[in-house]
Amino acid sequence: MLEETIIAGFGGQGVMSMGQLIAYAGMFEGKAVSWLPSYGPEQRGGTANCAVVVSDEQVGSPLVTYPSTAIVLNNPSFDKFEPLVSPGGLLIINSSLVARVSKRSDIKVIELTATDIANDMGNVRVANMILLGAFIELTRVVSCESVIHSLKKVLSEDKHHLIEVNKQALNKGTSMISVTH
Amino acid sequence: MGKVLMKGNEVIAEAAVQAGCKYFFGYPITPQSELVAYMARRLPEVGGLFLQAESEIAAINMVYGAAGTGVRVMTSSSSPGFSLKQEGISYLVGSELPAVVVNVVRGGPGLGNIQPAQSDYFQVTKGGGHGDYNIPVLAPASLQEIVELTSEAFDIADRYRTPVILMGDGMLGQMMEPVEFGERTESELPEKNWATTGTRGDGQPKIITSLELNAEALETRNEALQNKFARIKENEVRYETYKTDDADYIMVAFGTVARLTMNAINKARQQGLKVGLIRPISLWPFPEKPFLETRDRVKGYISVEMSAGQMVEDVRLAVNGHADVDFYGRTGGVVPTQEEIYQKILTVTGGISV
Repeated sequence: MLEETIIAGFGGQGVMSMGQLIAYAGMFEGKAVSWLPSYGPEQRGGTANCAVVVSDEQVGSPLVTYPSTAIVLNNPSFDKFEPLVSPGGLLIINSSLVARVSKRSDIKVIELTATDIANDMGNVRVANMILLGAFIELTRVVSCESVIHSLKKVLSEDKHHLIEVNKQALNKGTSMISVTH
Repeated sequence: MGKVLMKGNEVIAEAAVQAGCKYFFGYPITPQSELVAYMARRLPEVGGLFLQAESEIAAINMVYGAAGTGVRVMTSSSSPGFSLKQEGISYLVGSELPAVVVNVVRGGPGLGNIQPAQSDYFQVTKGGGHGDYNIPVLAPASLQEIVELTSEAFDIADRYRTPVILMGDGMLGQMMEPVEFGERTESELPEKNWATTGTRGDGQPKIITSLELNAEALETRNEALQNKFARIKENEVRYETYKTDDADYIMVAFGTVARLTMNAINKARQQGLKVGLIRPISLWPFPEKPFLETRDRVKGYISVEMSAGQMVEDVRLAVNGHADVDFYGRTGGVVPTQEEIYQKILTVTGGISV
């Protein structure tokens, strides 16, 4: 198993923590993982992204050029990474914020109105967890239980009260996939 | 303590603390600032001292002062800041003081940018400061290897009374990987009877200086230094080989680039191309042995670097005309992709014969 994922969006959308959660979860499951952030002098309104590799074997390149999955949370991220998803790969789009439609027929495209759903749930900031739930349901690269366990590591002690809402959002994401696909 | 997920910069810092480093003098610069921040938080916990100096020059001279008392001390920076430390590093060598200096290399020359690079290879291996000297340079490729090599860097520093450079790049500093801090095995190291901690009336004053006005005396001192460098060359060479036994072509890469190259090699192997890797772990002393062992039977070597071609010169010296030496590099903070490296393999080897 080798899953090379790129998660991209605006700064503040939680793309870095999504990646870290996958990496932590993979580590807890005894898999080899790496997490690499884009740390360039990004402009406001530009994209921030991270590359996460989860593998059964030692991770070679932490740098991902052609991801097996791309999760895009805004238009610039769609434009940058949609063409790079490797054939047979997966593209998950936050269609609440992405106005583009993929024309690629060689990849699986999933559109979720994650920001709207998160709003309905009462916390717009968990949109990333809805997408993460969908990602897990589609790829099974790590389990939801491991991600929830990882939340305790990623969130500092004073934010542990947020674990419940994150968990709900994660489950929402998985259930949306299992229902519709 | 089990596996933890950490950033490369933090791993360097924690590994140093666990190796007994209690003193850190530094100045923040991207992409290694997390190292400085980690030390600021961590060192007071172990009864150590963290000091943010007014500049990199001040920091390296504080290191000189602390090293003179025999304690384990470290400073870190990235390329432009590392350049500022060169005078102090030359003084450390001249005065034979142990210390660990970290360079998390970024794109240059000049202010350049904050993206990963390896273009300080010449500077670290050929003497970035003045005078006849070499410094042991260790280049980890993974976060777990950082743990091991940081510890070794301090041991080498104490064993030979020399500064040691730990060289990474922005990618290694910024990425996260699981690491495990195991029990350290304490090496047997010479007593620091040279340290200037006061004689308390029990002997002659101890003097630490790189100044020697008498030419013959300075030449004698230089000969002693050269003998020391020869001992280091004999004992401290570190490298790893990957699938070189049957290789027709051998890639040469260090640090993170070696990992990207390994992926490209695996892809080439799947296509039936016999390609291997020599990964220098000590950049100085440069590992000549794996080249001497292979240069008469391989068709060629390809050095892959995040520079315009620096280590490739040491590869050519080691191969000494016995085989072709090719080069692929990206500069300015651009990281060569495994796909590009694979393409280079195809070009050099003539590709897949069907």
